[in-house]
Amino acid sequence: MIKVVHYINQFYAGIGGEEKADFKPEVREGVVGPGMGLNGLLKKEDMEIVATVICGDSYFNENLEEAKVEILDMVKKYSPDIFIAGPAFNAGRYGVACGAIAKEVSEKLNIPVLTAMYVENPGVDIYKKYLYIVETRNSAVGMRDALPKIANLAVKLAKGLELGTPAVEGFIERGIRKNFFAAERGSKRAVDMLIKKLKGEEFVTEFKMPVFDRVDPMPPVVDITKAKIALVTSGGTVPKGNTDHIESSNASKFGKYDIEGVMDLTAETYETAHGGYDPTYANIDSDRVLPVDVLRKMEKEGKIGSLHRYFYTTVGNGTAVASAKKFGEAIAKELLADGVTAVILTST
Amino acid sequence: MLKEIERAGLPIVHMCTIVPISLTVGANRIVPTIAIPHPLGNPALDAKDEFELRYHLVEKALKALQTPVDTQTVFDK
Repeated sequence: MIKVVHYINQFYAGIGGEEKADFKPEVREGVVGPGMGLNGLLKKEDMEIVATVICGDSYFNENLEEAKVEILDMVKKYSPDIFIAGPAFNAGRYGVACGAIAKEVSEKLNIPVLTAMYVENPGVDIYKKYLYIVETRNSAVGMRDALPKIANLAVKLAKGLELGTPAVEGFIERGIRKNFFAAERGSKRAVDMLIKKLKGEEFVTEFKMPVFDRVDPMPPVVDITKAKIALVTSGGTVPKGNTDHIESSNASKFGKYDIEGVMDLTAETYETAHGGYDPTYANIDSDRVLPVDVLRKMEKEGKIGSLHRYFYTTVGNGTAVASAKKFGEAIAKELLADGVTAVILTST
Repeated sequence: MLKEIERAGLPIVHMCTIVPISLTVGANRIVPTIAIPHPLGNPALDAKDEFELRYHLVEKALKALQTPVDTQTVFDK
């Protein structure tokens, strides 16, 4: 018989709601709450929930280290073959607790683990790359739908059976790439997909596009002749020699350079660090990426108030969106502190 | 990067060559530029004409910064 230990929170254990979220970890023999339904499905495959650990969601999240140790001890005593946490649906603290304890059990006891929650549960983003998380609906209304999916995956994991794709097995994509030989070659698959798309038929993408958020446009500059304009670029313009070693791809940082008194970028003084385009033209004249010469003329002509003395640069080539976001936040802080009015960002 | 700067409260214009990328990612003010290896230049022109070209593009960018927009707008005229 394959032994299972189940983890649930105070609510699903019938102990109480929010007022009991500080419930300290407790272990009970056999099943509690949703474990009953789950057990019914598991027993058919010679698996059984031998114990259930219950813990309050607030207690767990506020005492992360102690809770993990206490609970691990409880789980260990049963020498389980597999550990299941949840389902947490859309309950954030519960989802994070499930993810954390499942990861802990997996690492310390070296047994297969799984959990289950709604795709928007914060536990997903934190733990999906470490764990199999069965996708559930967003509330306990989805219990009847979730339990069979959890049981199916549990059986496969416990018995070491081969898993299909996340879509087939019902778990949330972990972001792990697995190579395989496709039956048809890429060009055919691409054309087939395009034809479906043109016909307005349904098609399944092989690569999901990331979803980009939107920002409300800032109101326009009122008096440009008094404005302090700052230059920012993703084109990789740097002082010659790239002494800060900004990477030519997947940049880990941005540079901040002083152009006080610099009227023109020349081949002797500036270059590009960017590895994603032919640098020949930019290296001859970096104004082609960062138009310092023009803005200096406009300064002289009174078309703008001034060109900000620092420019900010990074390399956009293969740079992670998350990194770029961080750079943007840091740069924005400095620009605001320096009284910049508006920004021109150039990209190649 | 651009969106974070705008989110922090600074009007910003994106001078870029691949406009569809800028639109997808979400810039609000966009000025199309010449080419990937020289967005604000054209090596085929002589220095004086190239400077004029660059000046004209930056003028468009300044115009974009002074134009109220409700949605993403490409300033290509």
